[in-house]
Amino acid sequence: MTSAWLWAIPALPLAAVALNLLIGGRLGRRGIAWLSCGAVGASFLLALRAVVLLAALPQSQRVLSETAWAWIHVGDFSANVSFLLDPLSAVMILVVTGVGFLIHVYSTGYMAHDPSFRRFFLYLNLFMFAMLTLVLADNFLLMFVGWEGVGLCSYLLIGFWYERPAAAEAGKKAFVVNRIGDFGFILGMFVLFAFTRSLNFRDVFAAAPQAFASAPEAITLATLLLFLGATGKSAQIPLYVWLPDAMEGPTPVSALIHAATMVTAGVYMVARCHVLYQLAPASLMVVAVVGAATALMAATIGLAQNDIKRVLAYSTVSQLGYMFMACGVGAFSAGIFHLMTHAFFKALLFLGAGSVIHALSDEQDLRKMGGLAHRLPWTHATVLIATLAIAGVPPLAGFFSKDEILSSAFASGHIGVWAVGLTGAVLTAFYMFRLYILCFRGPSRLSHEAEHHLHESPPSMIVPLVALAFLSIVGGWVNLPFPAGAQAFERWLAPVFEGGPPLPARAPLSPGVEWILIELSIGAALLGIGLAFRLYLRKPEAATALATRWSRLRELLVHKYWVDEFYDAGVVRPLAAIAGWLWRFWDETIVDGAVNAVSYAFEGASAVLRLFQTGFVGTYALFLVLGVAALLLHVLRH
Amino acid sequence: MIYVFAALAATLLTSALLVVLHRNPVTSALFLVLAFCSLGGIYLLLGAEFVGLVQVIVYAGAIMVLFLFVIMYLNLQHDTESGVPTALRRGLGWIMGAVLLAEGLALMGRRWQPGPASEAPAYLQGNTQAVGQALYTRYLFPFEITSMVLLVAMVGVIVIARGRGAARLGGAEEES
Amino acid sequence: MSAGLPLSYSLVLSAVLFTIGVAGVLVRRNALVIFMSIELMLNAANLAFVAFARQMRSVDGQILVFFVMTVAAAEVAVGLAIIVNLFRLRETVFVDEVNLLKG
Repeated sequence: MTSAWLWAIPALPLAAVALNLLIGGRLGRRGIAWLSCGAVGASFLLALRAVVLLAALPQSQRVLSETAWAWIHVGDFSANVSFLLDPLSAVMILVVTGVGFLIHVYSTGYMAHDPSFRRFFLYLNLFMFAMLTLVLADNFLLMFVGWEGVGLCSYLLIGFWYERPAAAEAGKKAFVVNRIGDFGFILGMFVLFAFTRSLNFRDVFAAAPQAFASAPEAITLATLLLFLGATGKSAQIPLYVWLPDAMEGPTPVSALIHAATMVTAGVYMVARCHVLYQLAPASLMVVAVVGAATALMAATIGLAQNDIKRVLAYSTVSQLGYMFMACGVGAFSAGIFHLMTHAFFKALLFLGAGSVIHALSDEQDLRKMGGLAHRLPWTHATVLIATLAIAGVPPLAGFFSKDEILSSAFASGHIGVWAVGLTGAVLTAFYMFRLYILCFRGPSRLSHEAEHHLHESPPSMIVPLVALAFLSIVGGWVNLPFPAGAQAFERWLAPVFEGGPPLPARAPLSPGVEWILIELSIGAALLGIGLAFRLYLRKPEAATALATRWSRLRELLVHKYWVDEFYDAGVVRPLAAIAGWLWRFWDETIVDGAVNAVSYAFEGASAVLRLFQTGFVGTYALFLVLGVAALLLHVLRH
Repeated sequence: MIYVFAALAATLLTSALLVVLHRNPVTSALFLVLAFCSLGGIYLLLGAEFVGLVQVIVYAGAIMVLFLFVIMYLNLQHDTESGVPTALRRGLGWIMGAVLLAEGLALMGRRWQPGPASEAPAYLQGNTQAVGQALYTRYLFPFEITSMVLLVAMVGVIVIARGRGAARLGGAEEES
Repeated sequence: MSAGLPLSYSLVLSAVLFTIGVAGVLVRRNALVIFMSIELMLNAANLAFVAFARQMRSVDGQILVFFVMTVAAAEVAVGLAIIVNLFRLRETVFVDEVNLLKG
């Protein structure tokens, strides 16, 4: 039985971080590029090997576990640095290391002229370490270490160009909002520990049905708290506000962290804890509703944005909502399936956008693009593929995963969720093709500067685009129902998701209903695409007319429903005021006052004592004699 | 015998009081000489002839001469001082002295009775000879050390008395 | 030198003399007079030494008196030198006019 070397998968990027810190200065750009990409590439190969080893095991025993280090051991509680590889984490590590590797390669081209090249890869590798720890952990505590680590790296990378105030602010916002979610995560851990006396996944999930039998509210509370953490990390209502601002960071960061990996941590966590959620149907409902609401809301905001990256950011929020919708109706493997396909085409979209931005000398406004289809052929082709994928056009990846979610929702009786999902699909197709058309088709609205410097991106950037495009095409084919009802992906994940109390039975859909649903999904996508073409290509005047007629609604969307302003007034300002009061009252008056009082006391005491030092010899002689008299008195008494 | 002692004691105490009370420092010094001489007499009565003579020669003859020399040299005024703070300070001084005396006498009274009248010690040789013998045999080391003390004192006096020294005196002469 | 003096007489005399010395130190402000009062105290101690030497029929007390006198002489010399220096600096020998070491 060969060892799976699970520990090495997160350890290699960590080693790269250490080497970068120690000798990075002497490696030069090429050296650092080889170091970081090499570390991630090696992790990918190790992950592949580990998954192959896993697959060799019989289906019911597909679990590989490895303890690297006994970390905490107190009484009968222990939380170790140990790793767990099962089909779920297998999917995650392949996605993280694979897409991560492609993005690392892309970054060597994108950041080639940046003065802080070395620091960028330092942070990027650190992120990979944290994310892999999160995904491979076998207990809540280690997972939380990774959870916090990705939050930290997110802060560091969003605020990478920290001399820009907007970037620094965005980094801070991301970290603070995430922290609120983390607070929920911690409290959830506390509740779980209180009832099950352990934080190890296997122990908790095994003990949960018994432990919470007497207090069903407790499990609902715990799962809701954990979900709060997930809303923070995966940008759902109410903690999604950091993600659009996070676009201040370099585009590869947006692709890696805010599309393919970090934001999926919440989905992974919910899927991992499915036993707990199945024990608390109320929480599951909350997850579904929040996911649906976020999906719809973010899609509407995305309609009205003019910055190419903002559109993609809101699109990410929306697609994450779809993943939570899937989990909420009990279709956990559908959610993970969408996680995987989304990683492919969203990363591709961001990298492609980065390619466009790079080609246009850092122009990000859609209103200043246009007609780039023939001038940036590779970028155009790959982005088109990604856009078709996200819109849900068969046979590309997005269609399969999105349809899986929608039919699961319909089949489990959550018709409302299904309807919201369908509407969202129309909107998704619409705003994504709006982006595509404004960017690549139509008349050119480029500035002179951009015209002058227009050039296709270097191979280091194009090759990852092509690779991701390929994955976006074939990624959905792993779950095809042929040959012979295969659905390989779902069956791969099945052993992870069985167990736990049974969900309300899903009436298997008759083939007729299934086909109708599929047709409706495709129809929704085509409707969205058609509308986009009509409004933005054929008759642009119609778009402007529409905008004027519905100007108030448009304003609402452009200003993102004024949510940020609401948070600022309702939460940020009062907290800042309280902090100010605490500073003035407690810190300055009481604490400083106490310290100063001590010194004043000493000063006062010494001022009194100083009176004895008159400087006159006569006084001193008097005290001498007084002392002698006192001594003699003492002797006399005894 | 006892009357001689009483007379000498009276002289001693009176002159000591006058040392402390008199305004003029020169007069104080002179009364101190008288005190020392009477004390020397008491030493003789107590059978310490050597010490008594040394007392007169060294204390009255050398030390007090030095004192008078300095007093004359400094050309001091009388000690004029009055007022309530002065009276308070003085009063306090006398009170402290009285307290100390009372305590000392109480100590003596309690711990110890008047001893038997002591015989004259039977020195075969005589007091000076006995002192000399003890000094140069048993107390030889302290004796030598004392000579060191005197040497150090001499050096110290020269250094201190020079002070800022020639420069200061030179300056004072130019002014005057 | 015949049948002697009770020891206590000498001791009482020594005590009173010492007290007068103490009072002098505390009362007077002329440094030289204070010095003279200190000499009185030293002599009071000497008297006690001699009285006890007679009582115990040993000559050791007188040896000590010898040493006390020597040291007193040295002390007087140094002390007067200091007072002279002080006078040069401050034009005064009154101890309540000198308080440079005031805390």
